[in-house]
Amino acid sequence: MRYLGRKLLRLVFVVAAVTTLTFLLVALLPGDIAYLVVGPTATPAEVEAVREQLGLDRPMLVRYGEWLAALAQGDLGVSLRTSEPVSEAILSRLPVTLELMLLAQVIAVALAVPLGVLCAYRQNRWIDRAVTLAGFAMISVPPFVMALVLIFTVALRLGWLPATGYVPLSEGLWDNLRTFALPALSIALIEWVTLMRLLRNDMIMTLQEDFIAMARAKGLPAWHILLRHALRPSSFSLITILGLQVGTLIGGTVIIESIFALPGVGRLLLTGIFSRDYVVVQGCILFIAVAYVLINFLVDLTYSFLDPRIRVGGRDG
Amino acid sequence: MAETAIDNVAAGEAEGLAGRRRRRRLGPGFWLPAGWIGLVVFGAATAGFWPMPAPETIDFLNRAAMPGTVGEIELAGQTELSEFRYLLGTDNIGRDMLSRLLYGARVSLLIGLLSPLIGLLVGGALGVVAGYYRGRVDGAVVAAMDVILAFPALALLLAITFYLGPSLPNLILALGFLSVPASARVARANTLSVARREFVLAAKAMGASDLYILVREIVPNVLMPLLVFAMLLVAVLIVAEGTLSFLGLSVPPPTPSWGTMIEEGRELLDQAPHVTMIPAAVMCLTVLSFNLIGDRLRSLIDPRESRL
Repeated sequence: MRYLGRKLLRLVFVVAAVTTLTFLLVALLPGDIAYLVVGPTATPAEVEAVREQLGLDRPMLVRYGEWLAALAQGDLGVSLRTSEPVSEAILSRLPVTLELMLLAQVIAVALAVPLGVLCAYRQNRWIDRAVTLAGFAMISVPPFVMALVLIFTVALRLGWLPATGYVPLSEGLWDNLRTFALPALSIALIEWVTLMRLLRNDMIMTLQEDFIAMARAKGLPAWHILLRHALRPSSFSLITILGLQVGTLIGGTVIIESIFALPGVGRLLLTGIFSRDYVVVQGCILFIAVAYVLINFLVDLTYSFLDPRIRVGGRDG
Repeated sequence: MAETAIDNVAAGEAEGLAGRRRRRRLGPGFWLPAGWIGLVVFGAATAGFWPMPAPETIDFLNRAAMPGTVGEIELAGQTELSEFRYLLGTDNIGRDMLSRLLYGARVSLLIGLLSPLIGLLVGGALGVVAGYYRGRVDGAVVAAMDVILAFPALALLLAITFYLGPSLPNLILALGFLSVPASARVARANTLSVARREFVLAAKAMGASDLYILVREIVPNVLMPLLVFAMLLVAVLIVAEGTLSFLGLSVPPPTPSWGTMIEEGRELLDQAPHVTMIPAAVMCLTVLSFNLIGDRLRSLIDPRESRL
């Protein structure tokens, strides 16, 4: 329980720091935000109106307090361009981002597990070396390049899947999955490498254990030993990393959503950046950062419940 | 950069493995990528000296020309047209691809090499101090790094360039700042494992000052793991810069950069794929090279890892 308390304390501290930093990012912006918002052709009266709307005429500490109070009620402010409440905008786009991340992780695991098991079984043989080399090459491909290569080959040359566009789930699962296939693949074809390396290394360790020798001595077939005996004890770090990757993926989906024109949270953030909509940018960054911290916290927690050694060992590093 | 890495490896080899018979070789897995990086560095450094059109010069008659097309264009520093063979073709408004690639390499390399330097100097110093003194200092450093790491890197990067505005110095600073926490973690972890060793105790017993111990005993032992980490950092930051310039948030045009070139080729992806694929391939090869070198160096300093 002391472990849990310390973790919770750290969570509260990080979330507090994250919210303060996000607030300061806008508050300390060089120049007058009001001018940037209305543009160079505005009259002084319009500038004054925007300044009042943003509350820029009051002291920073007061604004921080009000901002925090609104935040506690789930209010992230109103978009300067579309007048849409930012929290609603984020929530309406969240399912797209979640579906993209989920599909990407499913494909990555589907690639990583069989290849990781195979490489561990055939350690340092040609198949292991070939997969490792291919992995190295693929992890060096930036996600936006992977996306363009997939668009070029699968969509433009082969014509199997649409290049961009989005069909909501309500218009049929099949059409929806077709529009998500390439975006999810662009992420999965890079992420699987980390998972595969991890599983392979853990599996090689497991295969040296006594119970594996015992299973071999009993004359069990290789696939049975690998999948029924060795896989589960080897997949421990794989599961942890899967959780942690969800955190990094939130940031990574930004560019994929923009290339494939998927209306997700990342695209909302980018549109906000290009239209200089400070309230939307602030809201998206805060949402992504807090989600990221919470996910990492939960992963940490489940990890420590699964493995008691972590709880006793305590501090990282 | 690559030169010093090799020297350090050689030095580490002579010291650490002197007792053993078996000599570790760097092998083609090191020299091929090192050669490619050397080529890119050479090309970026000498970009202005070749008889080539400037990266902004436009040949209106040859748009998205295939590699090997011959056209008429003003070469850099000249005013009259002369015949020129576009070795890698032209982009979709008729600028020489090779020239843009070489000038674009300057942006990628400047960011890829200067930003990690900032990260390593600041982060490394913080990590070593935190790991050596422990206690309060350590707690404060770890907490600060946790907060920075709490932001997903790309989102934070977008936020920083959004607020500072896109320019080369701002990008170098922003990416340098982002590489501080991870460098600090690597430095701290390695310091922790060294700080309690006998030779540090011996130095303390001889009355050496903290500064002397940090500089002469700790830092040399932390340097090699940090250098390996730096190689991977360079790869990550080249991708980060590419992502930003692909989104149009990096160095403003007309300065060419690899990400911008990839983005500009997108509209003609179907008709002229080479406009996108050539800069994409150059970028992937460069990133792969840094990854391979990093991996090779790591297996040299940590033989346990490489046996797996």
